[in-house]
Amino acid sequence: MKKLSLYQIAAKNLLRKRTRSVLTVVGIGLSAWVLASLLGFNRGYDAALKKDIDNMGFQVLLTAKGCPYEAATLMLKGGTGLRYMSESVIDDILLQREVDSVTPMLMQAVFDPDRGDSGAIDAYLGIDPATFPGMKSFLKFKQGGWFTDPAARVAVLGYEAAELEQREVGDKMLIPDKNIELTVVGILERSGTQDDGTIFVPIRMLQKEFGQQGKLTAVGIKVDRKADTAALENRLYDLPDVQVVSMAQVKNTIMSLVATAKVMVLSIAVIAILIAMVGVINTILMSVFERFQEIGIMKSMGAMPKDVFRMIWTETIILCLLGGALGLALAFGLAQVTDLLIRRLLPYTPTGRLILIDVPLMVTTFAVVLGIGLVSGMYPAWRAARVRPLESIRSEGD
Amino acid sequence: MVEDTPALEARDLRKVYRRGSEEIVAVDGISLRVARGEFISFIGPSGSGKSTLINLLGCLDNATSGSLRVGGEEVLRGGRGLSEAALTRIRRRVFGYVFQRFYLVPTLTLYENIVMPFAFFRKPGAAADPMPIIRFLGLEKRLRHRPGELSGGEMQRVAIARALVNKPEILLADEPTGNLDSRHGEEIGDIFKTLNEKEGMTVLLVTHNPRMAARARRTITLLDGRMA
Repeated sequence: MKKLSLYQIAAKNLLRKRTRSVLTVVGIGLSAWVLASLLGFNRGYDAALKKDIDNMGFQVLLTAKGCPYEAATLMLKGGTGLRYMSESVIDDILLQREVDSVTPMLMQAVFDPDRGDSGAIDAYLGIDPATFPGMKSFLKFKQGGWFTDPAARVAVLGYEAAELEQREVGDKMLIPDKNIELTVVGILERSGTQDDGTIFVPIRMLQKEFGQQGKLTAVGIKVDRKADTAALENRLYDLPDVQVVSMAQVKNTIMSLVATAKVMVLSIAVIAILIAMVGVINTILMSVFERFQEIGIMKSMGAMPKDVFRMIWTETIILCLLGGALGLALAFGLAQVTDLLIRRLLPYTPTGRLILIDVPLMVTTFAVVLGIGLVSGMYPAWRAARVRPLESIRSEGD
Repeated sequence: MVEDTPALEARDLRKVYRRGSEEIVAVDGISLRVARGEFISFIGPSGSGKSTLINLLGCLDNATSGSLRVGGEEVLRGGRGLSEAALTRIRRRVFGYVFQRFYLVPTLTLYENIVMPFAFFRKPGAAADPMPIIRFLGLEKRLRHRPGELSGGEMQRVAIARALVNKPEILLADEPTGNLDSRHGEEIGDIFKTLNEKEGMTVLLVTHNPRMAARARRTITLLDGRMA
């Protein structure tokens, strides 16, 4: 004999008003989507930011006091404002026990009148081929490779720099004003970092050609994994005429900037969840009111209040689980769209995936949605459980 | 002496409803003994208290005063009744109900509607297979249909099958042919008669229809809440 369970009755009841059930599921789905995307954003943003900072290759950056340490800042300042420190600072840094390795850098900016309509600033980053590539091991080459001679007139172009200059490996390029011809020996793949727009050249050559022998604009410091980075930073502050840029501080600054946006999105998620809850309560309560007589008949057949409660609660939970599945599907399917929207809204976004939806997040979303179902279903289920069989037949006539 | 114990025994049953300050006496001191295997029809004009009485006898409602025993078990004494849960346990065990409206679940098939009581409770001794009941009611060819695809007579037969699957001792029917044409009404009347005569089932039937009432072995006429 084919059996019919309470849960089957509950599931089939939802088919009675399909449009209403579907709209309720969509409402819950949208809430679950917002929630999953928010939680995914929290995880994804942190992970992407951490990856970006790790990809810098060093945990601490030392620059000459007042010197911009990002190419973007340098551009904003029109290529001026560079400050220098002596190469001898490297010896002082290497004395610190927390230091694993260092890489010296010299940035120079040149105005190129032939770029764009009114010219633009070209930034050249002089690097040490012995230490820099090791720290930036994540950088992959599209063509060629790193140079090895620190004094050669060669260049490695970041992906966007190569696109802009329309260069291939083997091409020659000229540093404006200086009439120095460089040979392109490598072109990097896109990394999503500021390295994409950088022209890397050997540091010794750059120092010599720009008359900056023995001078640096920055030193990247890779800290030993087990070392106390904060203690190292404190001692580096004591060095004269240098400023310490801690990547941990950079991360914290960015995170505090983003925190406001996160709170805003969280508020939207909470409101969406509350709206979904009201929607669920409304749907189930209407369904209970419409079925008062039917529920009464079920009780006359022997259904206990707990049976009716369970049946109505099951209906709510089914709606919520379907909504949860829809929300997760939306979160998965539209993650890239959400990613793009967030990138437009936030002042800074890291380069990796901003929305990271994994199994724990799916479980969390489902748990929250299930919680919504359990809470929302309580009142309608309680109302239904209280229906007396006589209420259903009182109108039968006397 | 179970055989001698009456199926139902009511004494001075009284049911009073209040509507504002007005008191409406729906059942006014009815005493009644229903033996096992009896077929009783209740007739009377509208508002005479037939449905109220059958609801009280079927433990769907508690009387305002009086006493009621179901199969020897005290359900009501001096107007003090059992809890809703206790009444449900008695309803599960003793009664099957058929109403004027069918109250079938439109999203369930005919078969699912019939076996729905098993989702809540399965009485020990209930039929392991509902097919004999389904065949008896001539519904075996429409098991996959939904209520919307059935005629009124078929829907009422489904409601009867649903009332029978848990093998009730007493079948209560309140105007079961009220929504049916005369041909289908006759069919339903025959079903009750067969259940009573062949199965020995106690049947209490409320009806306006004298032809239906004539199928019962005993007819009780009610007037203004009292037995006439």
